[in-house]
Amino acid sequence: MATYRRIRDLDWPLILLAIVITALGVLQIYSATLDTIHQASWWKQLVWLAVGLMGMWLMARIDYHNLLGQVPVLYAVALGFLVLTPIMGTLIWGSRRWIPLPFGFGFQPSEFVKLVIILVVARYLSELKSDRLELRDLVKLAMLVGIPFLLVASQPDLGTSLTYLPVLAVGIYLGGLRWQHAAAISVLAAALLPLGWFALADYQKARLEVFVDPAKDPQGRGYQVIQSKIAVGAGGIWGKGVTRGSQTQLRFLPVTHTDFLISAFAEEHGFFGVVVLFGLYFLLLMQIVQNAQSAPDRAGMLICMGVCAILLFHLLVNAGMAVGRMPVTGIPMPLMSYGGSSMISVFMMLGLVNNVRLRRFVS
Amino acid sequence: MRHIPEERQPDATLTRPLLRDDMKFAAVKIAGFQWVIVGVFLFLISGFWDLQIRNEEVYNEKAQANQIKSLPIPAPRGKILDRDGRVIVDNHASFRLILSRENLQEDHLGPIAQGLNLDPAELLAKVKRFQKRPTYFTISLKEELTPAELTFVEAHRGQDAFPELELIKSQYRIYPGGGLGGHLLGYVGEINDTELNSAEWAAYNPGDVIGKTGIERYYNELLKGVDGQRRVRVDNRMNTREVLGVKEAVPGQDLRLTIDLDLQVVAELAMEGKRGAVVALAPQTGEVLALVSTPSFDPNHFVGRIDTREWNQLQSDPGRPLFNRALQAQLAPGSTFKPIMLLAALEEGIIDDSFTVSCGGGATFYGRYFRCHKRGGHGRVDLTRAMAQSCDVFFYTIGNRLGIDRIAKYSEMAGLGQKTGIDLPQEKEGLVPSSTWKIRRLREKWYAGETISVAIGQGALTVTPLQLAHAIGGIATGGVWMQPHLVKSDTPAPARRAELSLENVNKVLYSMYAVVNEGGTGGSARVAGLEISGKTGTAQRASDALVKSGKLGSDYHDDAWFVGFAPRQTPEIVVAALFENGEHGNLAGPIVRDVIKAYFDKKKSQGDAGGARLARRLPAEPGP
Repeated sequence: MATYRRIRDLDWPLILLAIVITALGVLQIYSATLDTIHQASWWKQLVWLAVGLMGMWLMARIDYHNLLGQVPVLYAVALGFLVLTPIMGTLIWGSRRWIPLPFGFGFQPSEFVKLVIILVVARYLSELKSDRLELRDLVKLAMLVGIPFLLVASQPDLGTSLTYLPVLAVGIYLGGLRWQHAAAISVLAAALLPLGWFALADYQKARLEVFVDPAKDPQGRGYQVIQSKIAVGAGGIWGKGVTRGSQTQLRFLPVTHTDFLISAFAEEHGFFGVVVLFGLYFLLLMQIVQNAQSAPDRAGMLICMGVCAILLFHLLVNAGMAVGRMPVTGIPMPLMSYGGSSMISVFMMLGLVNNVRLRRFVS
Repeated sequence: MRHIPEERQPDATLTRPLLRDDMKFAAVKIAGFQWVIVGVFLFLISGFWDLQIRNEEVYNEKAQANQIKSLPIPAPRGKILDRDGRVIVDNHASFRLILSRENLQEDHLGPIAQGLNLDPAELLAKVKRFQKRPTYFTISLKEELTPAELTFVEAHRGQDAFPELELIKSQYRIYPGGGLGGHLLGYVGEINDTELNSAEWAAYNPGDVIGKTGIERYYNELLKGVDGQRRVRVDNRMNTREVLGVKEAVPGQDLRLTIDLDLQVVAELAMEGKRGAVVALAPQTGEVLALVSTPSFDPNHFVGRIDTREWNQLQSDPGRPLFNRALQAQLAPGSTFKPIMLLAALEEGIIDDSFTVSCGGGATFYGRYFRCHKRGGHGRVDLTRAMAQSCDVFFYTIGNRLGIDRIAKYSEMAGLGQKTGIDLPQEKEGLVPSSTWKIRRLREKWYAGETISVAIGQGALTVTPLQLAHAIGGIATGGVWMQPHLVKSDTPAPARRAELSLENVNKVLYSMYAVVNEGGTGGSARVAGLEISGKTGTAQRASDALVKSGKLGSDYHDDAWFVGFAPRQTPEIVVAALFENGEHGNLAGPIVRDVIKAYFDKKKSQGDAGGARLARRLPAEPGP
């Protein structure tokens, strides 16, 4: 009986939206990798979808309260993996992000740390007695998120580490940020921003410079942005058609099946396709927000909103990069970009949302 | 702890933290966050709107520019063959590096120039030169790349490096003979600014390869063909994915020359180490059988781009290797002019067979003493002996009787003082002085005393080796001067005819036979079994007094000339040789002898077939 109820009570619209978006992604991966060494990516992505659905089921089954109870353990394990990654990791494109697994697969701990961060923030804020955050709460939270942030940023993978910050931001926003603190944080951030510039690696500085002025280095750093904008723009209203986009098919567009998949999609499906796709994403996020609103408790609400914030940040940075409104980072388009770790972690996050949903019914 | 399902509760109680369940406080904030979501989506959608709706055309064009390339298909230049069909100038397949202007970025020029060892300023100037041409015109950067340069190109060809670099198949001009016939053939090279601005090359574009001199230049239009073009779809590695359209190149025409490679080689060998020229003509047709000017150059060094140092060296060489002496050296013909003098005197009825002159080593005309080249004098000479011994006094005498204007008339009849019209660029016309010429040119009256020098081929009179061969060849054929030409043609060349008395012509020709065969000055040209006739010439470059003083260098030593033809009746070949500073005409004789001998040796070895082929070309025997 209980199992039957669980399956019926899952957030089916949410799952369906996620699967439809993934399917569009698979189709686009197929088109973008036609006749390349990445040809096999589309069906691999289907395998990742299956694994992701299992991960989702797993994350939905274990009561999230139990998970919250295990946060210190989870947090310690997460930090352990992040410390191990630079030691055991494979060096790809000058950074160590993946821990090698058998059969040539790689495991990217930083993707799964997202889940832990969501739980950590949810637990810390739900334990508070007050609706107002004190300065020490802010400092503690900042440290809890800051340690994994710095570990990931030093891999170096600034893009992924930045995705932890929206969870923190949404958390303190919902947890009751005082306006004085907000102002203080803003001033501090503004003051630290120039300092941060010096902390960046050369390639990161170059990416930012190119973001400000792509024409500065049209064949080097600016190349990706310029070609992506051409691909998107050339798509027009209706798009060039599947496997017909010249930018995608003739490889002018870089890393088509991962970072710039949305550009390939925009070229082949046009503005119409983009609007439909964004409509699906919007419904997906709204479904998550709805689950937050109907969560049985504060912790459940914080978990849902954390997931929502992470996905929104991914969308903003990845799609914004495709149209030249965001600097180039390696942040994937959730559910669409090719990649196992990202796929599984997103579905596990959706599993958390379902988890919260399943607990709202009083038995 | 309100809503925890009963069955999940027990084991969790210890670790489960105290959870607050007052949700309402967050409702407003969640609503606020929803607006953030809406804001982000609007921000993103507006980004796509901006690119896909507002600027679709702009980006579509850029996408097209990315993938569509126009690549030239260079037309292979026509080959140049000798009269027997042997290849003298050929092409070999090569790769040409071009700069596509459809996606050229100026800031790439520096690194490209560096990688290819080109002068950056020169490259920039080259690009500027193309500014007014449509962008599908490509710029030719380099031919015959070194391995290092090829590696550079391969490494930088892609869309993310220098997409403007493109390698295309082309044909590279090669002159297998090296310096053989260098002046005759000329060479090809890239068109330069001066040429581009001239009317002659108005229809050409920067980067075109054109014939710069010689046959290559004269027949450039025929040889060059028409370049084609390919429009292709390329990917980011510049690999062709699809051919959108092809306009095939029209290959240039092959040119068959009248030159006989065997004779050319013999003539060049005979001239080895000497400064001068040799021209061999078939007087019956005007065909040029050999044309040599020494010192020469290797046309291969000019193809593509000659290195500045080598160019300067060629330019400043005192031997002037770039100067085609065969048609550009305008020098006094000396005694080789005497056959024309003799013909003029006979035709004008001034002398006959019985006319003799007594030579005592010199004679006085108009108060000035003119020496004969033989100090002791020739004694009494008739016209045959005067020619054979090259007696100056005899020719002073008939020159004096003819007067300058009649000398000029017969010189011009023989083609002196004007271009022969040979199919080579930059031919010079030489100079035939006359009283009208002097008034027109120097605003002075002609003095009869000046005629005396002209009578022995000195004074203001100058000819080119080509003119001399042409003039004597015409006399030898009885007064038909066929226009010299280098390209085989089925239609006979234009001819200039003069009504000459065959009797007079034969007297002149016999005297020339005597020069070589009857103890004359041209004995060095004699070959047993061949009836070679000819005339020596020793032309002064400066007055005797100056040369004797020793103040002048070897450049002022006398020029040696020889002009000869064979056989005596219906001559098949006439050869003029100039040996600059050769001191005596006798020394030019062997050059002519070698060429004529080679001609008949070859004819004999080929049997009658070759002769018959030549005979078909011969015009009708000139009438008396």
